[in-house]
Amino acid sequence: MRARLRQQALLLVWLVVVWNLLWGTFSWANLISGVVLAVVVTTLLPLPSVPTSGRFRPLPALRFLGTFVVDLLVSSAEVSWLAFRPGRHRSAIITVQLRTDSDLLLTVIAEALSLVPGSLVLDLDRERRVMALHLVQVRDAAHVERQRANVLAMEDRVVRAFGSAEDIARLDDPSTETPETEGVGRR
Amino acid sequence: MSAADVVASVCLVAGSFLCLTAGLGLVRFPDVLNRMHAATKPQVLGVLLVMTGAVIRLTGQPVVWMLVLVGVFQLLTAPVSAHLVSRVAYRRRHVRRDLLLVDELGVPGTPGPAGSTAADTRADEPADGPERTGR
Repeated sequence: MRARLRQQALLLVWLVVVWNLLWGTFSWANLISGVVLAVVVTTLLPLPSVPTSGRFRPLPALRFLGTFVVDLLVSSAEVSWLAFRPGRHRSAIITVQLRTDSDLLLTVIAEALSLVPGSLVLDLDRERRVMALHLVQVRDAAHVERQRANVLAMEDRVVRAFGSAEDIARLDDPSTETPETEGVGRR
Repeated sequence: MSAADVVASVCLVAGSFLCLTAGLGLVRFPDVLNRMHAATKPQVLGVLLVMTGAVIRLTGQPVVWMLVLVGVFQLLTAPVSAHLVSRVAYRRRHVRRDLLLVDELGVPGTPGPAGSTAADTRADEPADGPERTGR
């Protein structure tokens, strides 16, 4: 119940901030009308509650953000070059066994992965935590494995920045991998 | 011309250039999945750079905050739409399989994604699957 209230409060604050940003000025009138609107919107259009167990750690979050910006620059340059370059490139579709078991973290990971390292999330098997990704350009099998490692490194950074203690413990404990999914990543 | 003007111009030109390459990618890439890459990476960075340039030029005006919102929502929504489009494209088999180096999702014998049963997968396929027979 308390978690639900906290979540509602965060959503309200976010809506009020967006309202004020849209007006471009912070004033009492904007603040009050924003609060009224936010309450009306959340009451009329309630969202399902997302279980949040994580917490925010500033230093790992900064590390995640920094890597994200660099990755965004690199992958944009890569895709631009592919668009200009003559000839065809080879793509790949891979599946990666993730270790995180939190809806919110998986969402962050999927968003970040779609934006950065030459990958695009195709599908996510929530039960088995297997993510299917399309890689825009791969040179050979070794490159595919490097990309797979990149995905896991991204998961690592996200979980260390926003995950709970259990989420982080799961990163280091391979026993949570279910045996029948282990072969999925390999041919 | 002040230093801020130079930075703003560089951001605007670079951002426009990235948006141009995104458009070029949309035309030149061979299939939907590749095109979605063009629609996410250079496109998002391009919009972000254009917004940055505009913010620097328009500092002090209320409209600046709206540009910040544009950037934030671009980051949040571009991956979601790209994912949805590419997921549908994959399920409808609009994929150039001859250009794939590996396809671990389509390996016969492995269970399909998202807990889908064999019946689900069949229902997703078009009645005439020319790509399917080619494998």
